[in-house]
Amino acid sequence: MPAHISRDDVAHVAKLARLSLGDDELDTFTAQLGAILDHAEDVEALDLADVPPTSHPFDLVNVLRADQPGPTLTPDDALAGAPQAEDGRFRVPTILGEAP
Amino acid sequence: MTAPSTAIELAAAIRSGERSAADVVEAHLAAIEASEPSIHAFNTVTADQARAAAADVDRAIAAGEPVGPLAGVPVAVKDNLCTDGVATTCSSRILEGWVPPYDATVVQRLAAAGAVTVGKTNLDEFAMGSSTENSAFGPTRNPVDLSRVPGGSSGGSAAAVAAGFAPLSLGSDTGGSIRQPAAFCGVVGVKPTYGLVSRYGLIAFASSLDQVGPFATTVADAALLLEVIAGHDPADATSLPKPAPAISEHLDDGVAGLRVGVISELMGEGIDPAIAAQVRAAAEALAAAGAEVTEVSVPAVTFGLSAYYLIAPAEASSNLARFDGVRYGLRVDAPTTNEMMVATRTQGFGPEVKRRIMLGTYALSAGYYDAFYGQAQKVRTLIARDFAAAYQDVDVLLSPTTPTTAFALGAIEDPLTMYLNDTCTIPTNLAGDAAMSVPFGTDAAGLPVGVQVLAPALGEEPMFRAAAVVEAAAPARSTGKDA
Repeated sequence: MPAHISRDDVAHVAKLARLSLGDDELDTFTAQLGAILDHAEDVEALDLADVPPTSHPFDLVNVLRADQPGPTLTPDDALAGAPQAEDGRFRVPTILGEAP
Repeated sequence: MTAPSTAIELAAAIRSGERSAADVVEAHLAAIEASEPSIHAFNTVTADQARAAAADVDRAIAAGEPVGPLAGVPVAVKDNLCTDGVATTCSSRILEGWVPPYDATVVQRLAAAGAVTVGKTNLDEFAMGSSTENSAFGPTRNPVDLSRVPGGSSGGSAAAVAAGFAPLSLGSDTGGSIRQPAAFCGVVGVKPTYGLVSRYGLIAFASSLDQVGPFATTVADAALLLEVIAGHDPADATSLPKPAPAISEHLDDGVAGLRVGVISELMGEGIDPAIAAQVRAAAEALAAAGAEVTEVSVPAVTFGLSAYYLIAPAEASSNLARFDGVRYGLRVDAPTTNEMMVATRTQGFGPEVKRRIMLGTYALSAGYYDAFYGQAQKVRTLIARDFAAAYQDVDVLLSPTTPTTAFALGAIEDPLTMYLNDTCTIPTNLAGDAAMSVPFGTDAAGLPVGVQVLAPALGEEPMFRAAAVVEAAAPARSTGKDA
């Protein structure tokens, strides 16, 4: 059985997950994630072609309520925990290389 | 000092005027002050707010106003439940210092019932772990033996109750995070049916598995706390449209004729024989009380661990995408937004959280989705079907809560070995059913053993009745503590 996850795979998922890993961390995580995925071979090997997937314990769908106004957080409350806010909005650094 | 009182005894004493809520909260704050430095159950102790809440209760009782069922009873709240005006950290650097602008529904219901919150309890970062060693703010120690872990992820909540800091606490259970620490610390812990308790204001780990539930020193106290927090909440779209179940009034009805099945797959390989022996003793106690006890097979539970460690990280990788340095908590400055997000998440998350985010991202990624996440979701169906089949023949199931008793701090470094702690508890979360851990004797070293009582969805009433019989038959345990 080939290794389930390569060092390059780990570097790729780290990039997708917005995480930066050093060389040592890449080695450690590759070994650890590989061991966990090896353990999952027992489910990988099951023939479940006829079994439907379960994404949620109950079949609750389209939970709706009447469209009536009610109390909500004020903009000030919603922004109070933000690292940076300005003019009633969350402030972030430059996007897409624009000048600040 | 006399034995700590139960929540029910304290509530009665306060309601009758025999004790004041102020006196009760001071006694618990004194216990915290004395032992918290050696246990570290809390991230935040809210002494001032607790004194103010107790004073409100005393004022209401003096004025003859009606008070709630938990009026004046101290309670500790896991630090992944939002508390208006009180820091909520998930034991993560990424949320250090963040103060929520609202209360979780369960916190609102505690306040409405008159409970007095004494603090926010430590946990494995974002509830990911089985020892509370993954907290960014240092581990919690097991009050039964300070060299050992309290279990996790709700280790602080379990330790707070075991140490007498509060007779009640709230935890959350995604794969065993209430039941496993309850077993390790020798207290009662309940994972209610999925959807019975609102998740509004619970910071999400794996949304299809997470459920809030009680810790207590007795089954009756746990029933009372569950009744207070359960019931439909329009703010949680996954909340079952059902009223809170009536558990306490049937707690002493006994188990005559109740059909109890011991799960054969969870009694052999990988389970400490001393724990299996206690589960058999608990089964015999149920039989002696009139229950029909059999051994039953639930074959798919053996695949629970593998399925869980694909599904839970997949959901976590999505849920934790919101921690990006924009709306709350930590921001590590960098020239562009993307670099800021990478720097913030890299510095803010600990290793176990990073591991699970990457595992989940991988399991959901193109080319692997069907083999891992899709396959795990199908196994989830198998587990639910096997439980449903077992519950055709029995009313409740019995198993160990944990494969071992509490282990020493630092003893388990390998992540996969740590995950094996959850072998007996995970299947219930995948099925969306109910289960609870009841202390039942010790192993040879004197460490607490937990017996797990499992029930189908909304089977809390018979589950608690069986738990009450197990509790009454439990061998006395010397705590080795003076307090």
